[in-house]
Amino acid sequence: MSFLEVRNLSKSFGGVKAVNEVSLDLNEGELLALIGPNGAGKTTCFNMLYGQLPPDRGSVKLNGQELIGQTPRRIWRMGVGRTFQITATYASMTVMENVQMALISHHRGVFSVWPPASRRHRDEALALLELVGMENQAGRAASVLAYGDLKRLELAIALAHNPRLLLMDEPTAGMAPKERVGLMQLTADIVKDRKIGVLFTEHDMDVVFAHAHRVLVLNRGEILAEGTVDEVRADPKVQEVYLGGGSTFGGAEGESAEGDLADA
Amino acid sequence: MDFFVVQILTGLANAAALFLVASGLSIIFGVTRVVNFSHGSFYMLGAYIAYSLMTVLPGFIGFWASILLTGVAVGLIGLIVELGVLRPIYKSPELFQLVATFGVILVIQDLTLLIWGPDDLIGKRSPGFEGVVKIGDQLLPAYDLVLIFLSFLVLGGLWYLFNKTRAGILVRAATQDREMVGALGVNQSWLFSGVFFLGSALAGIGGAAQLPKGGADLLMDFNILAPVFVVVVIGGMGSIPGAFVAALIISELNVFGVQLLPQSTLVLMFVVMAVVLIFRPWGLFGRPEIVGSHGSQGPPEAPLRAFSGRLWLVLAACALALAVVPLFGGNFLQVLLADVIIACLFATSLHFILGLGGLVSFGHAATFGGGAYAAALMVQYAETPMELALLLAPLAAGLLALVIGWFCVRLSGVYFAMLTLAFAQVVWSIAFQWSEVTGGDDGILGIWPSAWASSTTAYYYLVLALGIGGITTLLFMAYTPFGYALRGSRDSALRSEAIGINVRLVQWSAFIFAGMMSGLSGALFVFAKGSIFPTELEIARSFDALIIVFLGGVQSLFGPLAGGVVFTLLQDWLSRFEYWRLCLGLMIIAIVILLPNGLVGVGHWVRGRFGRNADPLSDAEEEAA
Repeated sequence: MSFLEVRNLSKSFGGVKAVNEVSLDLNEGELLALIGPNGAGKTTCFNMLYGQLPPDRGSVKLNGQELIGQTPRRIWRMGVGRTFQITATYASMTVMENVQMALISHHRGVFSVWPPASRRHRDEALALLELVGMENQAGRAASVLAYGDLKRLELAIALAHNPRLLLMDEPTAGMAPKERVGLMQLTADIVKDRKIGVLFTEHDMDVVFAHAHRVLVLNRGEILAEGTVDEVRADPKVQEVYLGGGSTFGGAEGESAEGDLADA
Repeated sequence: MDFFVVQILTGLANAAALFLVASGLSIIFGVTRVVNFSHGSFYMLGAYIAYSLMTVLPGFIGFWASILLTGVAVGLIGLIVELGVLRPIYKSPELFQLVATFGVILVIQDLTLLIWGPDDLIGKRSPGFEGVVKIGDQLLPAYDLVLIFLSFLVLGGLWYLFNKTRAGILVRAATQDREMVGALGVNQSWLFSGVFFLGSALAGIGGAAQLPKGGADLLMDFNILAPVFVVVVIGGMGSIPGAFVAALIISELNVFGVQLLPQSTLVLMFVVMAVVLIFRPWGLFGRPEIVGSHGSQGPPEAPLRAFSGRLWLVLAACALALAVVPLFGGNFLQVLLADVIIACLFATSLHFILGLGGLVSFGHAATFGGGAYAAALMVQYAETPMELALLLAPLAAGLLALVIGWFCVRLSGVYFAMLTLAFAQVVWSIAFQWSEVTGGDDGILGIWPSAWASSTTAYYYLVLALGIGGITTLLFMAYTPFGYALRGSRDSALRSEAIGINVRLVQWSAFIFAGMMSGLSGALFVFAKGSIFPTELEIARSFDALIIVFLGGVQSLFGPLAGGVVFTLLQDWLSRFEYWRLCLGLMIIAIVILLPNGLVGVGHWVRGRFGRNADPLSDAEEEAA
């Protein structure tokens, strides 16, 4: 039994079936990419998994526990971390304090008054920042960070409560091509070390092909194909529907000129 | 049966002015996202200007021409306000605009007093409609029917304007997405000015049309403000049908409320509002506000710095200086400084939710006056000693904040502000109308400190100790995880929820805590003055705190202290002049336009120019290195 089981997840908006009978499994230490053209239902899926949108039907089980019907807060406490497509961090706090807040919440210290917030869990916070290579920026304000660094900060925050599952909505969106591969490499290493399952959506095929263990292709709310990177690349249905011709798949791994669907 | 028909018609007639003013406010908010506090002043000006015009223009035609001309005149005044006061600060955070329009209220109040004098004016009857209409055995003033007709006429006219004309459709488009409208090549400046003209003109016509029923007086501006806010909140911000329906509901409620529960008319409309908001937080016809979709938030705040040794020294020196004042300063100085400390505590408690939490409360007077009334009532009815009253009053204020906060933290931004204001008005109306207990307008007198603290100096030391204690607690809380979580909920509620922090619970707790501290300042106030009146619960009192916070600088923990000192001394000095409101109003407007970062911002600027080490970010970097 896999530790994340999604069964028959469905959601309609008016008459449009945004997500239709989506089922997937995810194992510990596995990177599963959810790809698909714009409007395929990726974000809707994510929002349902994270409790921000109630599905019409279906179930999401983490280690046998149902996530549907829980608030995002509760789901976070159950060991699910999330990074956002557009970063959400505390602009008026330092990098370090951003991580400290996640640790404070994890240790259930939000409503305590002593010691002051900035003195709590410093070592743990610094260790997390080292993990993502941000330790030398610990004292800077989050509002002055470069976008790539903000993404890395988000990763450190998402790892603060030792999650079993990470949901990453377009983890590399808005980053320079070189940074993208670096960030995903970092994520892949951490995931392997800590046996975290990762479900991520992504437009950059370089990132997907370089790091995903398995790929799930969504189209018009339904699963079109599922398999390893090579299987999906070779699937003629995917080439036709998703790429409308498919020459882009001809590019070798790591060739960003052809591989980047987001920019196409 | 006839009785009911007449009552319903009376309600409809009363709804007319309310609808005109509320629809104007709604239109202005919809497009410019400015909550125009001075809208009540435009309504008042409408009544006064129409009064003067009607004395010049005689007869039936003169009457209606006066009303129309009043609309144009008030519209032009609105235009002047828009061009002179708001245009320079459209890019500033919302709070700036609110404070600026409050300055406009003060200016218009004194100008009206200057031009028309302090006496209430009684409006002329409308020529041709002086009589009454008989419905069965009931009588109805004929002019009521005219007002009903007028409100339907305006509703129809606005519907036509917004659905059938190009300008109206542009305004509606701007209400939904003003950047898009700008991108399509529409001149936003003209749109904003036009909308301000229209909205102000509607308020002016509202004031003019009610003249034969209600006359003109200097309290009209604040008196209409609360019901108008209730109407736009119930109807939904930016919705004209919403304003119409809500104005009807409120007016009918008042008419029937007077028959059934004459003592509770003021509270009744707020109860209805609370009920509506529980089920429809954005009003009957409103749309949910998209967070961050409008209004500039200003530059991000710098991270909090730990207290440096030098800062501790400065603070200790200030406390010491205040402690030795009685040795050389007279009673007058001690009383004045006690006022300053109370104002600082009051404003710091507001800053806690406003600055750290981003919760702009327009009703902070509720907990200030609430604490003061709690202490006074305990002394009056239970002969509670001062010491116990000072302890219990903050708890009572906290309880009040608990109830108010439960409703308010469900909303954000402008809705939060309006709702806090409305709740403060509920508390005010209870204090005002429940005269058997609260003494109503006459207040509660003879609330003096215990014998040991009854001398000016002893009470000064008591205020100093409790005031500094309260302020220190508030400052300390900013550094706790709770204070950080509060700032976090302001920075990004999305992030907070994603790391397991219950944003509403944090905000609610902060609201209660700030309410307790505000209640403490109210209790200190009541024993300092020996009496309490409903004025301590008024909108103007809430605005004192807002102006102090704003004057000092929202983004600094010490802003409210700097602001409290300057504002209290300034007010003390200005109140010796006859037209001090005019001076204060002009000064507020000038500060908003010229000193957007408050006094503390000026301090930073001076240090940046002439001193070293003024950039907090570089400090933080140094600290990290």
